[in-house]
Amino acid sequence: MRLIALLLLCLCATVVWAGQTTPFKLDIGQGGKCVKDPEWMRKNHMQLLKHQRDEAVRKGARDDKVSLKTCVECHASTKDNSVIARDDSFCVACHRYEAVKLDCFECHSGVRKSYWLKRNAK
Amino acid sequence: MSEVNNQRRAFLKTSLGAAAVAIAPGMLLFDMAHGSTEPVSGKVRWGMLIDTNQCKPGCDECVTACNTENGLSGGKLPTDSQWIRKIEIKDISTGRQSSLPMMCQHCEHPPCVDVCPTAASFKRADGIVLVDKHRCIGCRYCMMACPYKARSFVHEPLHDQNPDVPRGKGTVESCTLCVHRIDEGLQPACATSCPNKAILFGDLNDPNSPIAQKLRTVASTQVRADLKLNTGIRYQGL
Repeated sequence: MRLIALLLLCLCATVVWAGQTTPFKLDIGQGGKCVKDPEWMRKNHMQLLKHQRDEAVRKGARDDKVSLKTCVECHASTKDNSVIARDDSFCVACHRYEAVKLDCFECHSGVRKSYWLKRNAK
Repeated sequence: MSEVNNQRRAFLKTSLGAAAVAIAPGMLLFDMAHGSTEPVSGKVRWGMLIDTNQCKPGCDECVTACNTENGLSGGKLPTDSQWIRKIEIKDISTGRQSSLPMMCQHCEHPPCVDVCPTAASFKRADGIVLVDKHRCIGCRYCMMACPYKARSFVHEPLHDQNPDVPRGKGTVESCTLCVHRIDEGLQPACATSCPNKAILFGDLNDPNSPIAQKLRTVASTQVRADLKLNTGIRYQGL
């Protein structure tokens, strides 16, 4: 009986996750219209980024629509212009919840480019 | 009353049309300025001609510009990254001194690409030699293979990189010919910063480009031409 209850609870959690809401606090930044719908992005954004990185680095085909810089531009927090600065930042919150290590920002900047340029012009 | 309304409608329609025509070319320009979605062309070969007669001893504007553009610390420790450095040379028999910047020579046959075990070191179709840091394992074979000592290894974790220039610990890096600027139609930072215009940048394959025209008329040399690497960077007045 207890097992069935637990199973039901798990199913409920999945349903909530598949919907528009997240089971944790998440700052989506400006948000707006993404290149794909959010549900698809949650599962497959890494494929898109990996494909784009090889095209851009090795062939020089820079598609701004799917570049990491553009992701950051939309999804960096409106408070601190970053996707990684806080526990509820766009990339950090989800990756922490899923326990998946986030390597991108050891090299890439997690800060909105427009903000970075403004700060470094001073 | 209805006549007035019709006039108003007609006016609104015309002004909307005019606005669309005025905005459309601007939007097109905006898209063009942000790099092409097409792969770069193999018909282009980017290169530089450095006039050592114009390069002043003691001046390091190109080095500073490179450091600022690519977010290098500018430190002089053996563990600090350096993508471009100034060299002073002297012919012992005549006493003639010259000064020149030395960096990745963007070879046609790069030894760093030959030795790389993971194919992280590669040459782009337009002749720019780069490190794909997603693949680099930090073995540093390329640093040993390079006859120009052009490459550096990142020893420490980095923070607050330029969004256009990702750099990270455990990978090898070198002059990228400011590839992010070239893809936007700009010139490398060192070429634009030189106060004496000693660095001429352009397409070596286009016979009408200023660099190809100058190469036809003045004597220029490749450093260590005996290695037959066919470098993209050439020096005048050595």
